[in-house]
Amino acid sequence: MNVRLILVLMVWPFAAIAQGFAGLGQGAEGFATPRPGVALEFPADHGAHPSYRIEWWYLTANLKGEDGRSYGVQWTLFRSALAPETREGWADPQIWMGHAGLTTPERHFVAERLARGGIGQAGVTAVPFGAWIDGWRMQGRAAEGRDELSALSLTAQGTDFAYDLDLTAEGPLVAHGQSGYSTKSESGQASYYYSQPFYRVAGTLDLPEGPIAVTGRAWLDREWSSQPLDAEQKGWDWVSLHFESGEKLMGFQLRSTDGAYTSGTWIGADGRAEPFEDGVLTMTPLGRARVAGRDLPVRWRLELPAKGLDVEIDALNAQSWMETRFAYWEGPVRITGSHRGEGYLEMTGYE
Amino acid sequence: MLLQLHDVEKAYDSGAGRVSVLRGVSMAVAAGETVALTGESGSGKSTVLHLCAGLDLPDSGRIEVEGQDIAAADDRARAALRRDAVGLVFQQFNLIPSLDVAANLAFQARLAGRQDAPWVADLARRLGLADLMDRYPEQLSGGQQQRVAIGRTLAARPRLILADEPTGNLDEETGDAVLDLMLGLVAEAGVGLLLVTHSPRLAARLDRRLLLKGGRLA
Amino acid sequence: MYRTALSALLSHWRRHPMQLGSLLLGLALATALWSGVQAINAEARASYDRAAGVLAQDRLEQLVPTDGQRFSQEVYVALRRAGWDISPVLEGRWSRAGRSVRILGIEPLSLPAGAAPQPVAAGGDMAAFLSQPGQGFAAPQTVAALDGADGLPPLTAAPDMVPGMVLVDIGIAQGLLRAEGEVSRLLVAPAQPVGRTPLGEVAPGLSLRAPQAEADVANLTGSFHLNLTAFGFLSFAVGLFIVHSAIGLAFEQRRPMFRTLRALGLPLGALVAILAAEVLILALAAGLVGIGLGYGIAAALLPDVAATLRGLYGAALPGSLSLRPEWWLGGLGIAMLGAGVAAAQSLWRLWHLPLLAPAQPRAWARASARALARQGALAGGLAVVAVLAGLFGQGVAGGFVLLGALLLSAALALPGVLALILGAAERASRGALAQWFWADTRQQLPGLSLALMALLLALAANVGVGTMVASFRLTFTGWLDQRLSSEFYVTARNEAEAGRLHDWLEPRSDALLPIWKIEGPVRGRTAEVYGVADHPTYSENWPILTGTPDLWQSLARGEGAIVNEQLWRREGLRLGDSLTLPGGAERALVGVYSDYGNPRGQVIIGVEDLTALYPEVERLRYAIRIDPEKVPDLRRALVDEFGLPADNMIDQASVKRFSLQVFERTFAVTAALNVLTMGVAGFAMFTSLLTLATMRLPQLAPVWALGLTRGRLARLELVRALLLAALTMVLALPVGLVLAWALLSVVNVAAFGWRLPMHVFPADWLWLGALALAAAGLAAAWPALRLARMPPLRLLKVFADER
Ligand SMILES: Nc1ncnc2c1ncn2[C@@H]1O[C@H](COP(=O)(O)OP(=O)(O)O)[C@@H](O)[C@H]1O
Ligand SMILES: [Mg+2]
Repeated sequence: MNVRLILVLMVWPFAAIAQGFAGLGQGAEGFATPRPGVALEFPADHGAHPSYRIEWWYLTANLKGEDGRSYGVQWTLFRSALAPETREGWADPQIWMGHAGLTTPERHFVAERLARGGIGQAGVTAVPFGAWIDGWRMQGRAAEGRDELSALSLTAQGTDFAYDLDLTAEGPLVAHGQSGYSTKSESGQASYYYSQPFYRVAGTLDLPEGPIAVTGRAWLDREWSSQPLDAEQKGWDWVSLHFESGEKLMGFQLRSTDGAYTSGTWIGADGRAEPFEDGVLTMTPLGRARVAGRDLPVRWRLELPAKGLDVEIDALNAQSWMETRFAYWEGPVRITGSHRGEGYLEMTGYE
Repeated sequence: MLLQLHDVEKAYDSGAGRVSVLRGVSMAVAAGETVALTGESGSGKSTVLHLCAGLDLPDSGRIEVEGQDIAAADDRARAALRRDAVGLVFQQFNLIPSLDVAANLAFQARLAGRQDAPWVADLARRLGLADLMDRYPEQLSGGQQQRVAIGRTLAARPRLILADEPTGNLDEETGDAVLDLMLGLVAEAGVGLLLVTHSPRLAARLDRRLLLKGGRLA
Repeated sequence: MYRTALSALLSHWRRHPMQLGSLLLGLALATALWSGVQAINAEARASYDRAAGVLAQDRLEQLVPTDGQRFSQEVYVALRRAGWDISPVLEGRWSRAGRSVRILGIEPLSLPAGAAPQPVAAGGDMAAFLSQPGQGFAAPQTVAALDGADGLPPLTAAPDMVPGMVLVDIGIAQGLLRAEGEVSRLLVAPAQPVGRTPLGEVAPGLSLRAPQAEADVANLTGSFHLNLTAFGFLSFAVGLFIVHSAIGLAFEQRRPMFRTLRALGLPLGALVAILAAEVLILALAAGLVGIGLGYGIAAALLPDVAATLRGLYGAALPGSLSLRPEWWLGGLGIAMLGAGVAAAQSLWRLWHLPLLAPAQPRAWARASARALARQGALAGGLAVVAVLAGLFGQGVAGGFVLLGALLLSAALALPGVLALILGAAERASRGALAQWFWADTRQQLPGLSLALMALLLALAANVGVGTMVASFRLTFTGWLDQRLSSEFYVTARNEAEAGRLHDWLEPRSDALLPIWKIEGPVRGRTAEVYGVADHPTYSENWPILTGTPDLWQSLARGEGAIVNEQLWRREGLRLGDSLTLPGGAERALVGVYSDYGNPRGQVIIGVEDLTALYPEVERLRYAIRIDPEKVPDLRRALVDEFGLPADNMIDQASVKRFSLQVFERTFAVTAALNVLTMGVAGFAMFTSLLTLATMRLPQLAPVWALGLTRGRLARLELVRALLLAALTMVLALPVGLVLAWALLSVVNVAAFGWRLPMHVFPADWLWLGALALAAAGLAAAWPALRLARMPPLRLLKVFADER
């Protein structure tokens, strides 16, 4: 989806500047571009696509602790290529970045990792599935004959937190757009995009006050592309929501100077995807909170009349600020209104 | 009264114990009056003058300049008195060797914050120093140096001049000439003068004559 | 009032420009030498800090290999995957075609926050840095020095880089250093993730090293800079004598003026304040001039210092000097302080001067017997301090306490000793003129004593340092002969070539001796471990200081090790002690050899032992024993037939020449400071004599009147100056020798780790004595000449002015 694409495109130059280099990931020619009508192929497409410029494995989880409290977990591995190829050793032009977040009602923990490809410090393999950076891993443990992503173990550590989770998919992979070819603008920019939104989760969170056993739901996004977007948009608001009915919603709006562009996919409890066009979804900010020196709308009203949806989403912890090289807001939300449930909200571009 | 001494006593420590120099000296000098202080060498004339100028303090007794008891004043006040009210002319000319005649002449007036260029020029002319203005003290004869010293004192317009054998280092002829000049200028300015000399001839030319002997005024 | 009084006081200087000049020059010279030395030190310190701060090593812990060798980057990856937040560093020396530079390979993505070197943090093209052929950052002069060098990535000048180093991506560095897949050490981020696997389980070959507050090199060079500082301070002290005498004189001469000013109504407080302000103004002016001169001195000496530091310690210094506030402010401060100290006594006296005290300038207060005794007692006390420091003092600092106390004690004792000698001469003399001469000389002593003390300091320092340097040179050249016994040295460009080279040389030489080494920690500090072949070259020539009779055999058997003197002294080792080599092997200490000019510890074991312990060791260098006559042919054959670049070989004579060059440059700075100090002392003599001359007229005039010609008087004045200088020289000699002893046996041992035998060079003393006499003669010549030509009128005036 657009939102994540922009995130990465903006993150990389920022990461580069923070490290002292401008222009990382820019200007490289010769990358492959997504084309419509090319079917996704599994398990190969679970792995990395080095001839595309950017790619990510993006997982968010809404969890409930044995103590009855709610938690949220984020695990993301980004790939960005300086050139459309792989090489042995340090000469490999693939660069990897990991973000990990853990949200409790009171606190929000963040960690970030960067690594070069080619030396084994970070990477992704399709079969058996494994994505890792340093000690962070998203490891496939699918049963024989099942999709490689159908069962995962997930772990990450920061300086003051860690988590170790087991995930089992209870539904199929979901392709967005036209069978995974997801158009991003009128001028034809696009990405390959699919999700696995049906995970059941069980595991342990390591917090400063001690370990906590948790269970809950998770959502994995997979996307890769080579094409940057126009820099018109000021920022975006993005949600992935699990409803108690078993249905799910991915939706976002891109805020630009002349209004907002909305889009998304409605996912049935059986995994059937119904993408929708601009203007179908309405997102209205309701309440703001002071976060990291800026005002962010941490409460929203979402309306999708075609599905009879009129809900309010509210952040579990308004201070879910990802203080990484490119900082943004990402955290778990509760859903009330016509549908009940839980999900994740991501917001960028609020100054 | 311009200057008044009451029962002033002063003794010095010498190798042979304490030597009493002044044993109760009382005297007065009125404004415009010229007084000669005479006595043998070592009789204490210079001591009297130093005490009057606040350069040293009496052991007992009072010394008043324009009514102010200088023994009771601190160093700063006594310095101010020397700057403003009193002018000193020494036997040693005590010019500032690194300043030329012009600067030396104007020096005390400037130190006191009073400058009167025409008056200094007039003094220089009358003291016969007009052609020597850019010389340095070492390039002057004794008489010329003493004239500069007198001019320096007069230039600052003091109300009391204390002069310690101002012509003692000069030959008789030069000494007379310098004294003539000084007395003329003193009379003209209406200044009080206490002049130490051991020469009766010079003393006779002043309004009054005091004789210091055995530590007392005879 | 203040303005008028100040201008009167300042008019004194206008009338005595010489005196003003000597005051300003003395202070300026003192400040110049001091701030010059400080400027050099500050520059060096800044460059060490920069070196220490590279990759924030001064703040970060590091994981380093216990055996000191490079290790596989797999270890890095394994540690990362075990949760360690670390960043790999690869460093090494890259040389090609006679050019050589240190390569520092970093991994920018994993560098802990704030550890990125300035040019990297400042921005650039990350893609270019990471991808082939890479991009190198280096100091501008390093970029210039490497201009056109083949094989390096494109270089970008970065002013903040440490000279002599090229910063590249670690991947590029591995290629340049032929260290594919290898890493030197790992930087550890301050905050680590939770749940790391313990180090021992993942990387047993690594150990955690605490942040290094200063670079190795700052440690090593510390004593060198202390040396410089001590010299700077000595010069400053000498300069201070001048200032003291000039200010004291100026106060004395103006005493009548002070009295007149006060008689004319200037309060005492105002007078003292004005004089203090005057001193301050003069100090400021002189200080500024001094800092300018100091900059010049530092700029002139810096290349030598840089060469020394590079040759001796491998520390890179920039070739140019920057105006750092820490030294120019310090220089100004010390000028003020110096003038203040010099003026304090005079101001104190003025404050307590009774208004009516005799105002005649006295040519210095006559040094009363009591004052001399007091000074003598102080000298004695300092001598005791010196002896105590010599007996119990520790390290370089102890050595300098010894030197300082010794010199000061000697200087303070000088006037008393001279007075005794002159008094004895006076009693022994017969003729009236002779008696007058001795008495008058003694009377002049107080006025000249400060200048003579300065001269004594300068002479003693010259004797001491001269003896040390000459002793060193003698020992060093002898040692070089022993140490460099092979006729020719070659270095192959790679292992394959080394093998071919060995086979090629074998039949063409008498013996082929490997010079292979590794670097690693020995007793906690980086040391070199060499392997030597079992060959008479070593047993016959090597400069062994002490050792077991069969030490070479025990090296050949792989049982023993010998160490250099500095390691031996530093660790207090004894023969038979067990020595742990990098990696953990133990060898018995069987001998100690001298190793001048090397700041690091060094260990030698048998060459088979070395290759067995460290199979990875680079086997590129060989020493060749061959008939010296055949060296030019061999060289030619190596280039033409074998194809080894000429830069990869060097003959014995060149190595010696180069070593001696390093040696000479090491002491060039010392010598320059020595000469400058002498100059300052000579100048002190001159100004003192000059001012005394004018004040001495009343003493000379009667003698003149009694029938001595002015020429005769002038000659006597000259003889007097020469005599005093000669006496001072004689007294300076023992002081200088003790100084030399202290430098050789205390300071050098502490500073460099080796002790040198002391040799004396009486011919040098004669030369120095002649120099001292020449200085005194020159200083006295002009005042004497003025006396000889003085118009009789001025002498007559003395009588006319008598009052
Ligand atoms: N500072 C002094 N210390 C000790 N004795 C002094 C001092 N000043 C003056 N005297 C002594 O006081 C006496 C008077 O001195 P002074 O007033 O100078 O005499 P006069 O000016 O009449 O010749 C002399 O005997 C002199 O020796
Ligand atoms: Mg008298």
